[in-house]
Amino acid sequence: MSSIFDRKCPQRAGGLFPTPDVPTDGAQKLLPASLLRRKAPRIPCLSEPEIVRHYTHLSKLNYGVDDGFYPLGSCTMKYNPKINEDLARLPGFTQAHPLADGKLVQGSLRLLFEMSTLLSRIAGLADVTLQPAAGAHGELTGMFLVKRYFADRGEDKRCRILLPDSAHGTNPASAALAGFSVTEIPSREDGTVNLGALEEALDETVAAIMLTVPNTLGIFEEQILEITEKVHAVGGLCYFDGANLNAFLGRARPGDMGADIFHFNLHKTLSTPHGGGGPGAGPVAVAEQLVEFLPVPRVVQDDAGYRLDWNCPHSIGSIHSFYGNFGVILKAYSYLLHLGDTGLREVSENAVMNANYVQERLKKTYCLPCDRLCKHEFVLSAKGVAEGISALDIAKRLIDYGFHPPTIYFPLIVPEALMIEPTECEGKKTLDRFIEAMEQIAAEAKENPQLLHDAPQRAPVFRLDQTRAARQPVLTHPFDDSSG
Amino acid sequence: MRYIANTDADRREMLATVGLGSLEQLFTDIPQRVKDRFQPLSLPARTEMEVARALEEFVRSNNDWHGSISFLGGGIYDHYIPSVVSHITSRSEFYTAYTPYQPEVSQGTLTAMFEFQTLVCELTAMEVANASMYDGATALAEGVLMAERIVGNKRVAVAQPLFSHYRNVVDTYCWASGIEVVELRATTEGRCDTAKIPDELSSLVIQSPNAFGVIEELEGLKDALGKALLIVVTNPISLGLLAPPGQFGADVVVSEGQPLGLSPSFGGPLLGLFATRKRYLRQMPGRIAGQTVDTKGKIGYTMAAQTREQHIRRERATSNICTNSALCALAATVYLASLGANGLQEVARLNLEKAHYLAQQITSLSGYRLAFQAPFFNEFTVQVPTDPQQLRAGLQEKGFLVDNPTQLASLGVADALRFAVTEKRTKEELDHMVKQLGEIQLE
Repeated sequence: MSSIFDRKCPQRAGGLFPTPDVPTDGAQKLLPASLLRRKAPRIPCLSEPEIVRHYTHLSKLNYGVDDGFYPLGSCTMKYNPKINEDLARLPGFTQAHPLADGKLVQGSLRLLFEMSTLLSRIAGLADVTLQPAAGAHGELTGMFLVKRYFADRGEDKRCRILLPDSAHGTNPASAALAGFSVTEIPSREDGTVNLGALEEALDETVAAIMLTVPNTLGIFEEQILEITEKVHAVGGLCYFDGANLNAFLGRARPGDMGADIFHFNLHKTLSTPHGGGGPGAGPVAVAEQLVEFLPVPRVVQDDAGYRLDWNCPHSIGSIHSFYGNFGVILKAYSYLLHLGDTGLREVSENAVMNANYVQERLKKTYCLPCDRLCKHEFVLSAKGVAEGISALDIAKRLIDYGFHPPTIYFPLIVPEALMIEPTECEGKKTLDRFIEAMEQIAAEAKENPQLLHDAPQRAPVFRLDQTRAARQPVLTHPFDDSSG
Repeated sequence: MRYIANTDADRREMLATVGLGSLEQLFTDIPQRVKDRFQPLSLPARTEMEVARALEEFVRSNNDWHGSISFLGGGIYDHYIPSVVSHITSRSEFYTAYTPYQPEVSQGTLTAMFEFQTLVCELTAMEVANASMYDGATALAEGVLMAERIVGNKRVAVAQPLFSHYRNVVDTYCWASGIEVVELRATTEGRCDTAKIPDELSSLVIQSPNAFGVIEELEGLKDALGKALLIVVTNPISLGLLAPPGQFGADVVVSEGQPLGLSPSFGGPLLGLFATRKRYLRQMPGRIAGQTVDTKGKIGYTMAAQTREQHIRRERATSNICTNSALCALAATVYLASLGANGLQEVARLNLEKAHYLAQQITSLSGYRLAFQAPFFNEFTVQVPTDPQQLRAGLQEKGFLVDNPTQLASLGVADALRFAVTEKRTKEELDHMVKQLGEIQLE
């Protein structure tokens, strides 16, 4: 694998910028020498065809949703509609400066306003902030809101966040970053909340519970109303992680289940592409009693049109440079307009249908720790497939069959977990091919386990040494002295 | 719906396999009480053509602004983006992939991350960089939290001439973590007054070029800090010419990466750059790519130093960040590769020279003078003879956009305007703007 720094290249003329049309006094005249850079950064100078070929080559070493089935559980890797990409590139949107006079960017402000309204109604909650730039950022914003809410009420002793042990790692990390301590509640076998354990943990020091609905095993929390009522009864708040919203889109709302705070992952549920690790967007919806604490500025509408409102004395403050990832929000808005109410229902219908179909067929070959109706995803265990075969082996072998592997080793409560989320976009034919591949791999695991240990064989690289990367970190290009 | 492949026949067959009679039966586990409360959006489905039409209408109400000549800055700049950048970031193998959890099928993303980290280190003269943060402001906030973890003091000193969006986010994060934020006032030169550094700091935050556009004097600052960390907020384009913060002993360098090939996009998505010293690697937030080898000894890339991260350490993680700004980091990488070191220096010089030309022209108007005598890069603050809001409105009417003076006023500089000048501004535009400015004054 070569990087741009492996290319030795003579310095070429740029050809990008016109010759200066103002007097060229030169940096030496305009600035004192002590402020000037003495050693140029080592940035290779490549011709445009070299750049295009290098990055086109790199792109071919990647696997995206456009390349094939991507059942990465909890990540909702659905198809990213092309029209959304086109609309997000309209110069009227991309060139709008965040500090421009509001009069000049009414279209952008209106889009943010209308998106907030739609998301509030999807959540069944009072209002929304679009500022968070990702799901984890939304969680952090939610935790700041919880903190501010209790600080405002003088309930400083509320310092604990309750979490089921099946929670995403971001939940405890977000809670801790906001200065809370975390109490883990052991789940029942299907990952649902153990009401007895919850009751034991509940007292006046609990600020909130963080729940993922459906949970990370893909199981809907059937006692959700009892859980949220119990937390509310001791004065705590209920935070819902929206990573799994795809499961009930268009047919149920977190606000109706007792959620006080709910974050969306637009790059999961609402089809915006993940970009190989962002940018995403993690809008946060809140119940009435938390609206006054939402981040500033808020986008509001009055007689003169849309404007930014900074005058929110109880706000937690800003959590993003400006108003959130506008370009991402726009794509999600476009997606919602296309779907409408009927489309939203079709999404959850097909997502849940697909997951149950694959679960039903694969449980004959693989261990299914929680054998019941699932929602948009389910979790298998690689345990017992064959002696010495791990979830990692199965994942890597799937690459040879042309599929992106599922999420592995999560949730932590299932040993050798394989977390499979087909999404609504995949058709039965694709699912059948995936099921057959999984069945063949299970057979190979018994007959020829080395095939799995040696996988992948058909990827750009063989299995990579993760331990070496962790123990002897090489995090930047190792320049040899002569190249400086 | 266009994005669903299953036919009715498929669904019937799949339902039969699962042993259910209807699609509704897939949702029997949702309590009836919850389902009864459901209210739809009353949003009709639209065809692709209708969606495009609807969104184009939004763009039209932005049109007043279209064609205006921008002197807006304040952290987001109107730079030229080479065509190659969007052609590469539009490749769906890049933009439709997830975080590279499976390195064998993510070598494209991972190699680009590794290149990006190297470029950030080269620009800033630092030792390690992460694969990106959400934006400059959250990168700074995480830097302040990292310093608190390392040093242990619950206090940070922040230079007053810091862009307000950075300050606002730092204030929010610090409030939640119980970190006190103290402000270091600006001198009459427009620089941060570092003569008296408060005690028991975990870090000092200074921005250069700062919110007035002034380049700070960083020499010797690190030595004056004792064990507190020096955090420098910078502008990556300026580093084509200016001495990098690493040269002055900075412990953390953060920046908004938007100038490196990203459009303003109404303030998002942006790109947070975060670089630090090797000794702080274990305390660093964010994803990091590292070089390794495969079973046949071939070089490849994978995520490294993951034991800092939330999916392993949970509540003891160094940050909660996972999804960051990978595609924006790719854009910045392609941008820098297409400029090369020479091109970066060239664009930095164009910014510097054009900004100085404009400053000279404006200050030749009667009543206008530079607010500060200290050196600046591509942004500068001018003391104006009349109400700056009126001047701003007047310029806007003539098609020239400048920042709202309330930002400067909140930093204690009244009756002033700030102008940002990039390589995109021509001499003709600059002259024309100055002419209009002169005429407004006469009115």
